[in-house]
Amino acid sequence: MDLFDTFLNVAVLRRSLPMLLDGLWLTLQLGAASIVAGLILGLFVALLGLYAVKPVRLLMRLYIDIFRSIPLLVLLIVVYYALPFVGLRLTSFASAMAALTLVSGAYTAEIFRAGIQAIPHGQFEASAALGLNQRQTMVDVILPQAVRIVIPPLTNNAINVIKDTALASVVAMPDLLKQATQAQALTANPSPLIGAALIYIAFLWPLVLFVSYLERRYHGGRRA
Amino acid sequence: MSYVSIRNLRKFYGTFEALRGIDLDIAKGEVVCIIGPSGSGKSTLIRCINRLEDFDPASEIRVDGIPVVPGRSLAKVRAEVGMVFQGFNLFPHLSVRDNVMLAPRRVRGTSRAEAGKLADRLLARVGIAEQADKYPQHLSGGQQQRVAIARALAMEPQVLLFDEPTSALDPEMVGEVLDVMKALAHTGVTMIVVTHEMGFARQVADRVIFMDGGEVIETGTPAALLETPTEPRTRNFLGAVLNH
Repeated sequence: MDLFDTFLNVAVLRRSLPMLLDGLWLTLQLGAASIVAGLILGLFVALLGLYAVKPVRLLMRLYIDIFRSIPLLVLLIVVYYALPFVGLRLTSFASAMAALTLVSGAYTAEIFRAGIQAIPHGQFEASAALGLNQRQTMVDVILPQAVRIVIPPLTNNAINVIKDTALASVVAMPDLLKQATQAQALTANPSPLIGAALIYIAFLWPLVLFVSYLERRYHGGRRA
Repeated sequence: MSYVSIRNLRKFYGTFEALRGIDLDIAKGEVVCIIGPSGSGKSTLIRCINRLEDFDPASEIRVDGIPVVPGRSLAKVRAEVGMVFQGFNLFPHLSVRDNVMLAPRRVRGTSRAEAGKLADRLLARVGIAEQADKYPQHLSGGQQQRVAIARALAMEPQVLLFDEPTSALDPEMVGEVLDVMKALAHTGVTMIVVTHEMGFARQVADRVIFMDGGEVIETGTPAALLETPTEPRTRNFLGAVLNH
């Protein structure tokens, strides 16, 4: 079976597995760090974009629009290859995390904004009438309700961030994809690439199913 | 001595003048019902008292002498003024007890144990002590509105604003909410009630105010205003509501 020897060569896969696992570990670290940082950034951008003074609101709008428009690969290359010219030299991990966080933060901000705006106005009025200040209203009343609405789109965004970590291989970060291409070069066999693809799918498929489940449940709940 | 004083209250939506210069004084402990056709500005009026609606800067509202202006004094006013809404506006992610506990804990800094006791006492007072651990969506409309009343009472307000509290209820649940309100009226709390319930106004109010077109048209005791109105617009309105 030539096809198996070429694409799913067990001996090659076994030899390259330690490299792939190293890469996977880095991919997961980069993904997790960028998702968490993007969540925090996005929440603050959303709140400032909704409630700050007008110039700040416009600034947040600008940030969101720019970072939703710029291709991630372009941003990553600018951060890694262009910023050193102004004396800002980031490691490949820091560059990738910065780029992923900035873009994820923009999408996350839009998701939070929509979630907050979906809360009925009466919830804000009841909070105000009880004497809660703006921060208490957000923390105790609005955000706990908004979180339920934003979990499916936030999970979708997390899937995208993890997929996009593969772009970090172009700035020489030894992530899963980079390790796979190196293993391929070492073994002169493409099996490690197939192995990497299978690992990506194995990690992301459950998340995709989770989003579908949440969306089904959310819509079902609303109809009831 | 007026507890709530309203001077030349005007409110614009764009160029439309929703409130056209209202003067009103409400004494401590007084129960006032505001009636009038929809769009007359009666809800807008009471929503100005705790400044859920902004109003013309030249107008003045004071509660217990405190001006209702944005900033620190507004927090003081809102601590003294409770509100019950037509649509209940309970917090759906919190249990009934937590709905009542939230404001005392956050605004007054009451301990969890104290706030819990307070909530249970108030829920017993509105007759739904046994529902304390349920979530609002599992209660009937009448029960939800009684929770909303308990939630407003938890801040020990001097004034309670009711914005058409029974209008969203099924007819068989109106009575249980009005009964709670009647009991409250006898406790000495000041109540300002926007309502279509003429029977409630007749039995409980010290004073009834008829509004139309953003103005106070007529004001008087329930007997005088409801039985022998002097203004033609009041007569027309009462004729339309009472004769069917």
